[in-house]
Amino acid sequence: MIIQALAFYLFAAVMVAAAAMVISARNPVHSVLFLILAFFNAAGLFVLMGAEFLAMILVVVYVGAVAVLFLFVVMMLDVDFAALRQGFLRYLPVGGAIGLILLAELVLVVGAWVASPEAAVGPIVPIPDPARVTNTHALGRILYTRYVFVFQGAGLVLLVAMIGAIVLTLRERVGVRRQVVADQIRRTRAESVELVDAPKRGGV
Amino acid sequence: MAIGLAHYLVVAAILFTLGIFGIFLNRKNVIIILMSIELMLLAVNINLVAFSTHLGDLVGQVFAMLVLTVAAAEAAIGLAILVVYFRNRGSIAVEDINLMKG
Repeated sequence: MIIQALAFYLFAAVMVAAAAMVISARNPVHSVLFLILAFFNAAGLFVLMGAEFLAMILVVVYVGAVAVLFLFVVMMLDVDFAALRQGFLRYLPVGGAIGLILLAELVLVVGAWVASPEAAVGPIVPIPDPARVTNTHALGRILYTRYVFVFQGAGLVLLVAMIGAIVLTLRERVGVRRQVVADQIRRTRAESVELVDAPKRGGV
Repeated sequence: MAIGLAHYLVVAAILFTLGIFGIFLNRKNVIIILMSIELMLLAVNINLVAFSTHLGDLVGQVFAMLVLTVAAAEAAIGLAILVVYFRNRGSIAVEDINLMKG
């Protein structure tokens, strides 16, 4: 139990610190790296909560795909990031005030909420005993049966995002000479070979 | 000392606040704003999984996966728009983004 508490505080503290560094780092590449650290620690929290599959998905999807995408874009764009930080201190008071108000509200809600008795209908899909059925197995069982339309919808969202990203960034360049195989095949001997009777000692 | 639901909710609340704070703090840098949105979605996911564990209900984790999918799609589209915008205008500062006169 004490180990669990220690792990929770370690993961939570590192995650919050990394998130603070994401928004305050001077260099956006450092921001992305701190974002990766925050995701890793969130995955640790998920494991503590018994959601191992989501933890691994978080590492694979966020660290493996999203964060690397951010890293590529940050490195690809030739932007003067120092100029973008102008006014950082000017926005600090109002941003801090709004953040503190929101945090106070959220903590008040967390401290005071109670579940309505009418809402307590019991779990819709109870989590099975982890000793017998693993988290991944249990998720797969309901994801492909009861929530198959949600699953298909998620796939559709990803497909649209993929096509959208490709369409947005595909660029038709002018002045690029491409190979046209049909034209190459259609050539005849008459238009490609010319016989010249060269006079002796005269050259062509 | 036992770690309960409230602990996770407080952590998620702090993370969400940091995301909001990041948006206000980096008003000019679209990339950091996108990263702040990712942080906020991560906080939402922590909330969903915490409630799923607390109530013993697996549906919360299914929904967390859906949020994860949408977050990944949003990041891909957002960064694609950013790349195209930078190619056309040579800048990603938020105050320069006024093509639609909004």
